[in-house]
Amino acid sequence: MISKSTRNALALTLGLMVAGGAIAAGADLGNTTKQATNWVAIAMFGIFVAGTLWITKWAASKTKSAADFYTAGGGITGFQNGLAIAGDYMSAASFLGISGLVFANGFDGLIFSIGWLVGWPVITFLMAERLRNLGKFTFADVAAYRFAQTPMRSFAATGSLVVVAFYMIAQMVGAGQLIKVLFGLEYTYAVIIVGVLMMCYVLFGGMTATTWVQIIKACLLLTGATFMALAVLWQFNFNPEALFAKAVEVHTKHDAIMAPGALIKDPVSAISVGMALMFGTAGLPHILMRFFTVPSAKEARKSVGWATTWIGYFYILTFIIGFGAVVMLTQAPELYYVDGDLAKGLKGGGNMAAIHLANAVGGNVFLGFISAVAFATILAVVAGLTLSGASAVSHDLYATVFKHGNADSAAELRVSKITTICLGIVAVFLGIAFEKENVAYMVMLAFAIACSANFPVLFMAVLWKDCTTKGAVAGGVVGLIASVGLTILSASVWEAVLHNPKGSALFPYSSPALFSMSAAFLVIYLVSKMDNSKQAQLERSLYPAQKVRSETGIGAAAASGH
Amino acid sequence: MNDDIVARIEANPKYHELVSKRSSYSIVMSILMIIVYYGYILLIAFNKEWLSTKLAPGMVTSVGIPLGVGVIVFTIVITNIYVRRANTEFDEMSAALLKEANKK
Repeated sequence: MISKSTRNALALTLGLMVAGGAIAAGADLGNTTKQATNWVAIAMFGIFVAGTLWITKWAASKTKSAADFYTAGGGITGFQNGLAIAGDYMSAASFLGISGLVFANGFDGLIFSIGWLVGWPVITFLMAERLRNLGKFTFADVAAYRFAQTPMRSFAATGSLVVVAFYMIAQMVGAGQLIKVLFGLEYTYAVIIVGVLMMCYVLFGGMTATTWVQIIKACLLLTGATFMALAVLWQFNFNPEALFAKAVEVHTKHDAIMAPGALIKDPVSAISVGMALMFGTAGLPHILMRFFTVPSAKEARKSVGWATTWIGYFYILTFIIGFGAVVMLTQAPELYYVDGDLAKGLKGGGNMAAIHLANAVGGNVFLGFISAVAFATILAVVAGLTLSGASAVSHDLYATVFKHGNADSAAELRVSKITTICLGIVAVFLGIAFEKENVAYMVMLAFAIACSANFPVLFMAVLWKDCTTKGAVAGGVVGLIASVGLTILSASVWEAVLHNPKGSALFPYSSPALFSMSAAFLVIYLVSKMDNSKQAQLERSLYPAQKVRSETGIGAAAASGH
Repeated sequence: MNDDIVARIEANPKYHELVSKRSSYSIVMSILMIIVYYGYILLIAFNKEWLSTKLAPGMVTSVGIPLGVGVIVFTIVITNIYVRRANTEFDEMSAALLKEANKK
């Protein structure tokens, strides 16, 4: 079905990324070419949509208060939440992008998947239970716990919305590109379908529906990927050495795929990207929000334990899938490669490795299944993003900043629903506006902002007794400006987006995190130390009580209204 | 939140024992994770040759591959070890502490 009318594929992100050394591009789906309409995939996706809308209807009957809307009433178990976090985090870009990267470069793909995973232990050891004990609906609850509400909430809401915006644009553009190759439909359809569906989930079903969409998607993705990896390993009697040997034999780069290549060009970039991934995860608002859906710190820890397990397992699968694609797609090059020529790359582009492999191991029906799952993946991610954006506006800005904490639950809920609709419309317009743009840098930028603005503020507010409002806001703003500014000055925006001549980028590294995050911490420290105002003294005096609550959870259960 | 309870907890040596035990444990675990991850990244940055050496003569698999998969497995294992200890030992300490604080 995919074979006949395929047109020439573009050399996708991968080529660009390695050539430019822009390690940041790993989560981009790049530009794609429209394929023949795939009715099996569309039908499978239709079943997924019908099922999730049915769940949304059920969830709507349970979503009555603001607490239901933001946190599903806090009644999600650790195991369920772990799956939902995995569903929130394993994007289509990490499934198709990382397996495509392994397919193209072998070893280098592994470096990526490790980077995307190592943030989880940090969240577990330092953040998870403190978040649960101090927070209610958003991470701003935690960051602003003992501080002046208006400045802290305004900052945290800004940090959330900026991260959500960049992450969202990347997802919307990815959805549009994917639908062309997977379903053979128009770009604009995809963007509108995603926008409308995510609005339905969030608007009617709130966190309950969002959680179940993420859980179902995680299960489908893990099942599909497991089947593919097993099918590959089975061919080689479960002997990885035999798989690698065959891959080295048939891959155009031969033995080079067993060694680290051009992905890590200099140690500073390597460390900086590593920091963005490691600490950025702990600053993503839609991920942090998931910790408020469980009833206790114990369940919060369990959820992150499960999430890490599933995500790590998934990345091992993508590695096998990438190598499996190297071996199995060359067995029928006329089906999967442009003009049947290995040198010309895959039909539909480098990110199609996993999709073609699905066809090779499971035929057309399994191909349809995997295509539908890949598309459903985007829905689950954008639903989580929309919900966290809506809660930043309604809970942090409306209820706390404008109404000074005196908004009633019904009004707050109404504002979050209006915001959801606005965010959905904005997301669709941005998705269409950015169709032809290079959005490769956006996910990495979202991580850079999360680790330079949200994470330092959260970390210092919770763990450092001398932190003050002034220090936290000043440091957070510096981190935000530095991470955005340095990204604009780096090759991935300055040259690839703004079309300045090659080599003219002022900031030579792949990620600003090392500098922008350090700057944020430094400013928080210095400004807090210099701040001796009455307010600052009050805030310091409130630290012991905050610490007791964050360490023991005393008072936490009541605050969340379970 | 009840200020009395907070004061009682603060005055209880068990609270300080819990906090220092748990925070030193989580700091040690974080440092271990950072060493393993950045160690791997720095190996890639500075010693590509060693990572490309074959596991054994005649084999195709290079040292870097099991090592990389090892980092993933390590991440999963270290996270779950922490969760297990925090959910049993530390939570028991915390529950006992809260019970005492509420009783008085």
